[in-house]
Amino acid sequence: MAFTAAVITFPGSNCDRDMAVAIERITGGTVHRVWHGDAELPSGLDFIALPGGFSYGDYLRSGAMAARSPIMQAVVAEAGRGTAVLGVCNGFQVLTEAGLLPGALMRNAGIRFVCRDVPLVVENNQSLFTARYSAGQRITIPVAHHDGNYFADSETLDRLEGEGRVAFRYADAVNGSQRDIAGVLNAAGNVLGMMPHPERMIEPAHGGSDGRALFESVLAGLGVAA
Amino acid sequence: MKIRVHVSLKNGVLDPQGRAIHHALEGLGFDGINDVRAGRLIEMDVADGTTDAALEDMCRKLLANQVIENFRIEKVA
Repeated sequence: MAFTAAVITFPGSNCDRDMAVAIERITGGTVHRVWHGDAELPSGLDFIALPGGFSYGDYLRSGAMAARSPIMQAVVAEAGRGTAVLGVCNGFQVLTEAGLLPGALMRNAGIRFVCRDVPLVVENNQSLFTARYSAGQRITIPVAHHDGNYFADSETLDRLEGEGRVAFRYADAVNGSQRDIAGVLNAAGNVLGMMPHPERMIEPAHGGSDGRALFESVLAGLGVAA
Repeated sequence: MKIRVHVSLKNGVLDPQGRAIHHALEGLGFDGINDVRAGRLIEMDVADGTTDAALEDMCRKLLANQVIENFRIEKVA
């Protein structure tokens, strides 16, 4: 069976094509494009990606409306069955709003939209999404967000750190995130949310390819033929 | 029935928007401002029989994110 993925498009998503191209090029698999109003996902999925963008114009709170859209019930169910789910940027916001990941993403501490390449540290290289990185590796991945300021209460933060669920940390302060957290895993390790965009850093023309290893990790970790 | 839902950030949650408003007010020459917190007001017109439990459910499921926000329901008329 070839690697089979779905990329969800919400009204206002704008990184869905980039995500689909990155998955196709790196895994050689099949990518289904799924609309938010669909009630069902294609069967036999290995991987689901929630892309970046400004779903529903960020109305109410970033990701709040998308998290209540019909397809998200199917995504939550798939995540519960252990299917790998990646949320990038707005996708991360949607995952927190849907309750698949703890915490919330608030307005950047500096108020300004931040759009630049940032250095990250790989905190946990034992996860499905990060096994092809080395522990403590510094990588460069772009961010582009207004609401990337990760917040959770200190008890939750301690638990995340203790359980190795901080996947990536900003090497320098970027947006006011608690403990400079850039990406977090769920307890089972099959859901990752992160503000930086790995799909925008997969070939030399992008200025680097540090994002490739994330997709390669998933491909290798799931043991699916490319 | 007219309902107002007041959504505010929990104590201890930093409020970048409130802080920016605070600085802007000071920039306009207003002094003596100790703190500014920005929230959200949602006005709804609901059927008269809508229960308190249903209103609270709306707040918990969508209108407020209880990780960072509190809500208060006010019945206007």
